[in-house]
Amino acid sequence: MVLVKTSERVGRVPPSGIRKFFELAEEREDVISLGVGEPDFSAPWAARDAAIASLERGQTSYTANRGMRELREAIADHCADRYDLDYDPGEEVLVTTGVSEGVDVALRALVDPGDRVAMVDPSYVSYRPGVLLADGEPLPVRTREEEHFRLTYDALQRAGASEADLLILCYPNNPTGAVMREEHLEPVAEFCREHDLRVLSDEIYADLTYEGEHTSIATLDGMRERTIVFNGFSKAYAMTGLRLGYALGPAEGISAMNRIHQYSMLSAPTTAQHAALEALESCEEDVEEMVRAFNRRRRFVLSRFSEMGLDCFEAKGAFYVFPEVPGNDGTFAEGLLEEQGVAVVPGSVFGGAGEGHLRISYASGLPQLKEAMNRMEAFLA
Amino acid sequence: MEPKRELLEALCANARTDTADLARQTGLSESEVEAAIADLEGEGTIRGYQAIVDWEEVDEDHARAAVELNVTLDRETGYAEVSERLAKFPEVSSLHLVSGNYDFLMIVEASSVRRISRFVSEKVAPVPEVTQTVTHFVMETYKEGGIEMNGDDDDDRLSVSP
Ligand SMILES: Cc1ncc(COP(=O)(O)O)c(C=O)c1O
Repeated sequence: MVLVKTSERVGRVPPSGIRKFFELAEEREDVISLGVGEPDFSAPWAARDAAIASLERGQTSYTANRGMRELREAIADHCADRYDLDYDPGEEVLVTTGVSEGVDVALRALVDPGDRVAMVDPSYVSYRPGVLLADGEPLPVRTREEEHFRLTYDALQRAGASEADLLILCYPNNPTGAVMREEHLEPVAEFCREHDLRVLSDEIYADLTYEGEHTSIATLDGMRERTIVFNGFSKAYAMTGLRLGYALGPAEGISAMNRIHQYSMLSAPTTAQHAALEALESCEEDVEEMVRAFNRRRRFVLSRFSEMGLDCFEAKGAFYVFPEVPGNDGTFAEGLLEEQGVAVVPGSVFGGAGEGHLRISYASGLPQLKEAMNRMEAFLA
Repeated sequence: MEPKRELLEALCANARTDTADLARQTGLSESEVEAAIADLEGEGTIRGYQAIVDWEEVDEDHARAAVELNVTLDRETGYAEVSERLAKFPEVSSLHLVSGNYDFLMIVEASSVRRISRFVSEKVAPVPEVTQTVTHFVMETYKEGGIEMNGDDDDDRLSVSP
């Protein structure tokens, strides 16, 4: 007898393509994993200490739905300083339980049944399910290695995105590590203005931009009013487990998101909010140091790939590189795990345009990376 | 970041990194790395390379003390002269002029507490400029050169995550 009848909606969401590799990797002892989507660092001690202190003070209640006022102010200041993003902490900032929750409530607040939601292909695995759960129709927009996996005006056109209602952007990109500078974003912004697309811009890797500065699409002409920007503490501050992020957007958008957030979440984790406040106030140097360490690893891995003859465009963001491999990416990844004990994620997990590639995370120590690269080289030989 | 500064940071993270890996990490060629390190060494920016040892793990006695020193100076003798004299002793592993209640903070290492006591009383205290010494024996070392002695480096992340 079926005790629990599940919804048709949840049936639309396929199980995670990453699960299989997780299980294979967990079976073995000697695995070096380059399949991890989070930093190997711990959160800066000052931030952890602030979280502990808040617990000692007994600050264990809910906060305002939108997040502690002080934190929203600090977020607004930080984003204005760093990214030229000016948002009012009262009306235009929502503190969320990770960017994950932010994107989810945004989709639910902005998508009507049947709305088409264009998204960069390949990109982070949660967008498609998020759109499906919001009764929207995902529309992948393929990006190409020859164009450094940037989204272009033509790609949007070709995919039929002029008919879409929303576009989900993710730069610096997971899984490719691609970045889009202002000159690359402008044609995309033009497309959005012409076809009246609203934009959800997941900028969680913004601080992990190498050789140059991150630009948010919301800073381009006519984009602020149609964009929700997402960022958070998981990647740059190595705070994944604390589950804290934020959304910035026009008051109506943020208020609609908060309508859902106030019922489904009430407020983001209080302890994490205290950590985040401290992170913004005093951890800039920790972040810079981690970013420099990531950059050294990035160069190391890229140069090892070029030595072993693997084609890989020069990713300048996040902590991923996305080399092309011979044959089927899934088969390659399984073989690499089986023969050499190196876990990676096949590119096709992130969308059709990722086929034939591997997502390699360099969020691991150099000794591990060095050993993993040697094993990959042996596997290719 | 400037390439030399980048190299310094990479070496501070692990001084045993070989030239080829330093080149890969910094984007310089191997010969550029060699040249930059030669410069850094030549100009005295890099003064040496050492291992960070947890002496608890070595089957041998080892003692360490932080010694506070007060000195008196005159027209002929400044801090530089005194420090030069003290630094020459191999027992002295580091020596700093510091602000606050005393002048020098000196770290002394030897094979036993007794040897350190003798060293301080027989070699340091008699230095004419030294007016006072206070010796603090190190009882436990928790962190050294940025490395936590009991830090566990277990990776408890999920092995594969999105
Ligand atoms: C592009 C992207 N967005 C969002 C997330 C999830 O972030 P959070 O921990 O803030 O929910 C990830 C995590 O891997 C990501 O890669």
